Amino acid sequence: MELNEWAFIGAFFMLSWIFPAAPVIINKLIAPNRPTPIKRETYECGVETVGDTWVQFKVQYYLLALVFLVFDVEMVLLFPWAVAYNELGMFAFLAGGVFILLLLEGLVYAWRKGALEWT
Amino acid sequence: MTELLTDAGLSKDFATFLTHLITAGAVATVFLLVPIFTIWLERKVSARMQDRLGPNRVGPYGLLQTIADVLKLMTKEAITPANADKVVFFIAPILMVMSVVLIVAVIPYGENFAPTDLSIGVLYVIAISSLGTIAILMAGWGSNNKYALLGAFRVMAQLVSYEVPMVLALLVPVMLAGTMRMNGIIEAQDSIWFIFVVPVSALIFFVSATAEVGRQPFDLLEAESEIVAGFNIEYGGMQFAMLYLGEWLHAVLICVITAILFLGGWDGPGAKDALLTLPIIDLELPVLGIFYLAAKSFLIYFLHMWVRFTVPRLRIDHLMGFNWKFLVPVGVFNLLVVAFAWKIMPEPDSSSLGDELPRALVVLASNVLFVMLIFFVIRDYARRERAKVEALVDETVYAAASAGD
Repeated sequence: MELNEWAFIGAFFMLSWIFPAAPVIINKLIAPNRPTPIKRETYECGVETVGDTWVQFKVQYYLLALVFLVFDVEMVLLFPWAVAYNELGMFAFLAGGVFILLLLEGLVYAWRKGALEWT
Repeated sequence: MTELLTDAGLSKDFATFLTHLITAGAVATVFLLVPIFTIWLERKVSARMQDRLGPNRVGPYGLLQTIADVLKLMTKEAITPANADKVVFFIAPILMVMSVVLIVAVIPYGENFAPTDLSIGVLYVIAISSLGTIAILMAGWGSNNKYALLGAFRVMAQLVSYEVPMVLALLVPVMLAGTMRMNGIIEAQDSIWFIFVVPVSALIFFVSATAEVGRQPFDLLEAESEIVAGFNIEYGGMQFAMLYLGEWLHAVLICVITAILFLGGWDGPGAKDALLTLPIIDLELPVLGIFYLAAKSFLIYFLHMWVRFTVPRLRIDHLMGFNWKFLVPVGVFNLLVVAFAWKIMPEPDSSSLGDELPRALVVLASNVLFVMLIFFVIRDYARRERAKVEALVDETVYAAASAGD
């Protein structure tokens, strides 16, 4: 039964890329294809683009990703806790609460350090 | 249906596999056709809210407008920019639709009528919808266009950030139901919907889900007036249509998931008994269940649209500040408050409304107290900030006045 459920996901996985791929391929077949150098230029504002696109970017994006990572791992660990919560006693609340507050401290630290400011 | 195929002379394993494949195809096709209707609906509703007529030329009430648009896009030349990373550029739109289509696999429509009822359904939805983020990043990066890359960065920052409060809010129904199975969560709402027990979680989920699908006021990834169209700027023809379709489908599916988590999904008066048996393939279709699920989803979808056409777009620092400094702390404390309130009352003897009500009321009361506390903190903070600004204004005005003397 368990395996059967996942076999279905497998079937879905095999089909799911056909749905978007088919229209794209049909589009390639029936639409005109006459590329010219000007047509294939990068769109910006009518003027030719200057410089490389893949350059260094704002460090804020990186810091946010790091903060997110802390919480993402926390939440994965919280899912089993949430599922089993009804069967556990008050101790589960205390254990979970300590765990959550410890990670909240991480957010407070990032906040105090200014990692959440967008300047 | 498996029996039908085994009778036709196929081996049992192959018949099961074929059944899976056909069901998957049918379900996915139906869901892929939904945006054709919702795009029309959204254009029509936006027109009404802005005192316009909206599409009304193609077909009755302009209903066929979307189909005409699709046909037009079908005949458009698909241009790949010369500088683009061609493989990434080509895969991105396909991955975008794929990530949403895979979510459809766990949506239940009736008691025994779900494509598949995974024991980790909710976690599966979260995991798969993250694929869409990667698809958008691929589209932005592969285009080799500055606008597109800016859009892609914004997507990463926004989607990744808003996933945190969304999952924190989503943990609450999982905790109350004690299962991650979609149908288990719906059965737990048999007597009372979770939105009446934990309204704060429902609100957090609604707000962060809006951001997660990138709709106004959180549409910084597209922001027509700032970065033209963001990540999909270099796309044309059917590839653009696929990016668009993926986004719309995600918007619809997030409403369906909200309906399942907080509004009781397919459950409703008489939903379990209203079965329509289809001939030949011997399938019991829960007509009323599908109707309830669709009605609840469209109610939430309408709320999304209402917000969309009412609230102006946020600035990116406000967007991030709102998430990390407000939604995430609120989500964390909300989880703790609900966990505590849920434990102080004894477990009810049965799942009837009368037995469930005391515990639900305690949790609701804790939610109300929590909201009052939030308002108190915000008011205090706002007053301090105002005092600071007023002091600053006084200082500058008096300093200027004394300098003038």
